[in-house]
Amino acid sequence: MSIDPQLVAHLGLIFVVFNMLVISSAFMVWLERKVCAYIQDRVGPNRVGFEGALQPFADVIKLMFKEQLRPKAADTLLFMIAPVISAAAAFAAFSVVPFGTETTVFGLLDEPIPLQVTDINVAVLVVFAIASMGVYGIVLAGWSSNSKYSLLGALRSSAQMISYELSYALALAAVIMLAGSLSLREIVMNQTGYWFGFIPKWYLFLQPLGFLIYMIAGVAETNRAPFDFPEAEQELVAGYHTEYSSMSFALFFMAEYINMVTVSAVATSMYLGGWLGPFLPDWLAWVWFLVKVFLILFFYVWMRWTLPRYRYDQLMEFGWKWLLPAAVLNLLATAALVLWIG
Amino acid sequence: MIPLNHYLILSAILFSIGTAGVFLRRNLITMLLSIEVMLNAVNLTFVAVGRYLGTVDGQIITFFVMTVAAAEAAVGLALIIALFRHRETLSPDAFTALKW
Amino acid sequence: MDGSAIAFYVFAALTVIASLGVVGQRNPMYSVMLLITSFAGLAGLYVLLDSPFSAVTQIIIYAGAIMVLFLFVVMLLNVPREEPGPLGLIASLRGPRALRIGALLSVLLGVEIVWALSRVGVGWFGQDEAATSVSDVSRIGYELFTRHAFAFEATSILILVAMVGAVVIARRER
Repeated sequence: MSIDPQLVAHLGLIFVVFNMLVISSAFMVWLERKVCAYIQDRVGPNRVGFEGALQPFADVIKLMFKEQLRPKAADTLLFMIAPVISAAAAFAAFSVVPFGTETTVFGLLDEPIPLQVTDINVAVLVVFAIASMGVYGIVLAGWSSNSKYSLLGALRSSAQMISYELSYALALAAVIMLAGSLSLREIVMNQTGYWFGFIPKWYLFLQPLGFLIYMIAGVAETNRAPFDFPEAEQELVAGYHTEYSSMSFALFFMAEYINMVTVSAVATSMYLGGWLGPFLPDWLAWVWFLVKVFLILFFYVWMRWTLPRYRYDQLMEFGWKWLLPAAVLNLLATAALVLWIG
Repeated sequence: MIPLNHYLILSAILFSIGTAGVFLRRNLITMLLSIEVMLNAVNLTFVAVGRYLGTVDGQIITFFVMTVAAAEAAVGLALIIALFRHRETLSPDAFTALKW
Repeated sequence: MDGSAIAFYVFAALTVIASLGVVGQRNPMYSVMLLITSFAGLAGLYVLLDSPFSAVTQIIIYAGAIMVLFLFVVMLLNVPREEPGPLGLIASLRGPRALRIGALLSVLLGVEIVWALSRVGVGWFGQDEAATSVSDVSRIGYELFTRHAFAFEATSILILVAMVGAVVIARRER
């Protein structure tokens, strides 16, 4: 029985992407602590490994040795499933993001495979669909913990997420109108070329307001500051993951960071030209992708430690009364632009 | 290859499960959920026959059915909340009289 | 048996078992989660039917929005587990007369439709040309906004009315 090399290549790709996500979540832990430290004029972890680079692994080992608590009145099945749903949705959303051009794995394959787990023609909608499934992890966690902090945190968090999903989708809809396709790979390919020889044809320059709306909605979707009221330590202990410990808590943590990575990766593909960039050859194009995603992640972390937190009603008012009309106006303006040009 | 009949039979089974749910359950929310199961069975029929005939009309009608189901679920749940406030119970047997 | 046949049976089994769970479960929270699972099974079936757009909109609208609404209502009302009552089809045959007739009618409906459909000649899906034309999202968009434009506008007014109506009905009277 001969094993199809294409199949092996695809499985290898899935393995690589999965590990990349897990390592990026560990990297984010380190990045967050270092950036937070330098913003607060101190040094941060510097004992474990060079400049504290092994700190996340120390944290994971510590978490693994903690006891897995379960409140007695909690609904066991839902309590155990909730972090799994969160983490699964976070990983699955990355499956349609392209991070490089086609590769033949150093010439081992007959046909090149694209550097993407799968290439569907409705890729953007898939990202959106799986992001809306992520709400369930939070809601179930809050409900099944049977504790008022968890329930309040979960309700606030899920209401926030579904409110900002609208602006998220409308900002993406404007880019889809410009690109004429729902496939992320095609959207990136539409951004090749330069205007005047040096300005890259990214959608960022055609859609500045759209990019801003998308980033704000993305930050709100992932429950990060300044929209992290549902997790605010001062108000709600820890929100929906109050009752979780050990590996379940690690799963929630990881899910949050991977959601951030996915939002950044989608922003890179749709607004910043994906893996396109000067100087590097095609087979190293994924380096540009990583650089751009890293820049957005750095911006995320920077925002968290600089800006104060929105109060919950301010947050909801902003989402519905300011961001949503802005996204609709952006969509109308883009439609007018597309009609005028083509 | 799966013939069209298999999809239609599956849809029929789902529809009768939904109908059974509406008849048998004594809880308003579960009755609404069974109605959603019935609507989904119908969606499956539309998409299957649309694919069989090679038109996109099946998917478009599905789109409308989903939207109408959303509107119906919203209003139905609002009614359930209002009913619950009056009678503190979700059993349809408590709402048999027109005037209370 | 090729891959798509296996996939069909897996998704079909998932959907049917989850729907049976929705109808049979006593805890309404579990019913809602099982319905979401059945939606996932249906989305898989839509992908097998070369309709990825329907699959994705099913997840976004049904599983992502409507079910969240159900979940909120179940949590808000703190719906208790249903008292052990006539539940399964067999048990309800011993219950009150209305339930017995209801169970009988739904079984009859199922049997009748399945019997009728298996008598009709087997229809096979067209290959290739029909496949690519149904999965093209731009064609769906084109037809939606030209031939079905009236239905589209009417549906948008329907949603607006439903939104206002739901807010008004569920509001606490002051």
